[in-house]
Amino acid sequence: MDPWWRHPLVFWVLGLPPTAWLLGFFLIPLGIVWLFSFAELRGVIGMEVTGTLANYARALDPLYLEIFGKSFLFAGMTTVVSLVAGFPVAMAIVFASPRWRPVLLLLVILPFWTNLLIRTYALIAVLRIRGFVNFSLEWLWERGDWGLALIGLPGVLGDRFEPLELLYNNTAVVIGLVYVHLPFMVLPLYAALERLDRSLIEAALDLGASQWTAFRTVIVPLAFPGIVSGAILVFIPALGSFLTPDLLGGTDSQMIANVIERQFKGANDWPFGAALSFLLMYLTFGALALRAVLSRGRSAMDAG
Amino acid sequence: MSTEDPIIEIRGLTKRYGSLAAVDAVDLDIRRGEFFALLGPSGCGKTTLLRMIAGLEMPTGGTIRLEGNDVSAVPVNKRPVNMVFQSYAVFPHMSVLDNVGYGLRIAGVTREETRHRAEEALALVKLAGYGARRPDQLSGGQRQRVALARALVKQPKVLLLDEPLSALDAKLREQMRLELVNLQDSVGITFVIVTHDQSEALSMADRIAVMDAGQVRQVAPPAELYEFPANRFVADFIGSVNLIEGQVESCDAGIVTLSCPDLPAPVVIRQQVTYATGTTAWLALRPEKIDITHEPDGDGTSNLAHGVVEEITYLGETSVYHVRVAPDVPLIKVSSANLDRVTRRRFTWGDNVHLSWTSECGVVLDR
Amino acid sequence: MARAPIGPLDYTRRTWMRLTLLATFVFLYAPIATLIAFSFNDSRRNIVWRGFTLKYYEQALDNEDLIEAFVNSLTIAFASTLIATVLGTLVAVLLWRFRFPGKVGYEGAMALPIVIPEICMGVAMMAFFARIGWPSDMVWPFSLSAITIAHVSFSFPFVAVVVRARLEGFNRELAEAAQDLGATEWQVFRDVLIPFMGPGLVAGALLAFTLSLDDFVITFFTSGPNTVTFPVKVYSMVRFSVTPEVNAASTVLIVLTVALTVTALWLQHRTRIKTAETAG
Repeated sequence: MDPWWRHPLVFWVLGLPPTAWLLGFFLIPLGIVWLFSFAELRGVIGMEVTGTLANYARALDPLYLEIFGKSFLFAGMTTVVSLVAGFPVAMAIVFASPRWRPVLLLLVILPFWTNLLIRTYALIAVLRIRGFVNFSLEWLWERGDWGLALIGLPGVLGDRFEPLELLYNNTAVVIGLVYVHLPFMVLPLYAALERLDRSLIEAALDLGASQWTAFRTVIVPLAFPGIVSGAILVFIPALGSFLTPDLLGGTDSQMIANVIERQFKGANDWPFGAALSFLLMYLTFGALALRAVLSRGRSAMDAG
Repeated sequence: MSTEDPIIEIRGLTKRYGSLAAVDAVDLDIRRGEFFALLGPSGCGKTTLLRMIAGLEMPTGGTIRLEGNDVSAVPVNKRPVNMVFQSYAVFPHMSVLDNVGYGLRIAGVTREETRHRAEEALALVKLAGYGARRPDQLSGGQRQRVALARALVKQPKVLLLDEPLSALDAKLREQMRLELVNLQDSVGITFVIVTHDQSEALSMADRIAVMDAGQVRQVAPPAELYEFPANRFVADFIGSVNLIEGQVESCDAGIVTLSCPDLPAPVVIRQQVTYATGTTAWLALRPEKIDITHEPDGDGTSNLAHGVVEEITYLGETSVYHVRVAPDVPLIKVSSANLDRVTRRRFTWGDNVHLSWTSECGVVLDR
Repeated sequence: MARAPIGPLDYTRRTWMRLTLLATFVFLYAPIATLIAFSFNDSRRNIVWRGFTLKYYEQALDNEDLIEAFVNSLTIAFASTLIATVLGTLVAVLLWRFRFPGKVGYEGAMALPIVIPEICMGVAMMAFFARIGWPSDMVWPFSLSAITIAHVSFSFPFVAVVVRARLEGFNRELAEAAQDLGATEWQVFRDVLIPFMGPGLVAGALLAFTLSLDDFVITFFTSGPNTVTFPVKVYSMVRFSVTPEVNAASTVLIVLTVALTVTALWLQHRTRIKTAETAG
């Protein structure tokens, strides 16, 4: 690696175009939104940057605090569910035979490459009142009802099948978020477990640990960096998700991104939307910083 | 110390991976209190056998009895045996003391007693005062002692050691051999060690099982293994040997007579065996048991050969002379102590020499 | 022969583990599989199987708005991939080649488009183009320029990551050898570095293409009534109802992206094997 002044021409030829692009078409747009967040509305469409903090103060309004709280709750539940479901999946892949491992890994990654919108839409098609889940349940209900009538218990399951309301509520949002983000959890867990020396698990079992104790005292502590990575990789995009609550949620399942979208596209209150979007960004950076601290804390502890 | 009382009885133990048998119908008794070695080339199934005793691999067939109880189906965490892993498997996220106390802590032993017994175990492996350190602050040798203490603190009925010295450098390895033997002596626990290094097995073990291709070829104390190998594989694997093919001419009253086409006279060996006349057999003769002279030696009627020195390997205290006794057969290796300085060595390239040995010196093998 | 007994670490062979794995894969694949299956189902409302048909594909093909959106999406994807691959490669080579003050901060800034929430980037782009008065009445394909610019901004840092990972495996002595033989900086770049980066460039370009084709949120904020992309069109259709035409159109997009992804993975895999062969 050379210091830049040794070949200044090459350095500038390489560096100028991407830096200019990043500045002009990314950092300046972000800067504009940042400035807007300190602006006041003037008339119907006008606004003026006055340096006010009112937009940020408004975010502390109980109505919006609740939405922030709900976004945290949804993202947190998504993270926990993904972790609980993803850990056995990652374990199963790591301990699969070498022939099966790449196949299983590909099967986990592949849905992640299909369009987010289409996957969410597919979920709607499956979960809606006239969707596949309810259809299957109805089929089971009919068989059960018929069977119960045969043994002299007609009508035990009710007069007719009541389809489940699986869509347009908070549960649907969490299901959708897990559906979309599960691969983000499985991959870092896989990487961490793959690196783990198997004889450590064997040693724990050999010393009398049950499978559960070995899992708790050896596998989880040693896979901890992977758990943190996976949790952050799920939590950050889940916290800022727009499409899933928009398409799967009900009126009370709005997340921060939906409120931001409304400020920009419906309510035309850009300053408030800008403030919200910067708050969301700060939360994201906070989560990333937390990961850095947690993983550094671990390695510092390992080093003594 | 060793009695005839077996602590482990293995019968017909088999482990198959697909169509390949890693361990193939092994029968083996390990006696209470002995230092037992499983020796063999890599891939011979010795580690698989050890891991089946530990419960880390489940056998495809056969039984393992521990103190008379069948433990074949008992899971690894319920077996009263413990293991020292080849990589030591010291938990990197725990202090040395927590590592050693792990087995006691999860068994519900009180904090006080765990600490006390772990410190005792550390003192036993000469690591007193290292309890607060973390594994990455230890050398390879120290980590191995932690692994030893961690296994011994559980007071297992049998301690299993998988290639425990292979990751250490040569000097430390020599020292650890002696320490392991002394440790075993002081704790009185049965040790079963897996190794591919014959000098390690010969110097440490009370008895050795030599394994090849999933089967046990011979079980014997070190000296017996060396002097009376049961077959050509063991003879060749342990130390250096000359194998000379021939036909059994007669075999009675503890005397075997062999006629070898490559040797000018019959071979007569004192050995308590019964071979049928005409059986193909091999004389296994250690290089250091052969006398090499310029003039014919001995009675001149049996146990002799003559030929030309083709190669000399100088090994310091000894030299090995490779003697051609017939065209197109392996050279016979003769090792001779360098009693004088090499400049005045007795034999040199191209010398005509006579070889002889006594009837007590070799063994005749039919396998 | 009897099944081999399950050892303590054979987690994948335990029944509950297999059930978890199976349940996860059903959860991940059942919705997509039903979507694809029912795009061929000869029944408009009912989800009962009524026979195989391609008529929804014909209807989707006859839907001019849908086709226009699809063409827009492909045009944007091609244009943004081209620019993003060039920019991403320049960044990768810059970071690989040089030490300079503030490099850590520079790398952090380059990673920003990858880590910040899509919605934040979407509103930033929307505010930016509105603020500077980017003309919205240009003729096609220039009308797509705003979306294309936004796509380049979020995809070129991804290309940089992929290409830089490839460059890490480059033996610097090769460049030094070429220079020693009298090659200029440009000749080294053209004759040594570009061929070496080849597979990384292809993988990075395919990634940029898929990201552009898939993006909804950022496009949603930068598209106007006359510049609708495929995902935005599907979104507006999905908001109203689930229809077999959408199923058919979605199936086409799924097949397209999966084919691209598998190609990219295969290319990377092949070069890894080749590199291993030359190295060993």
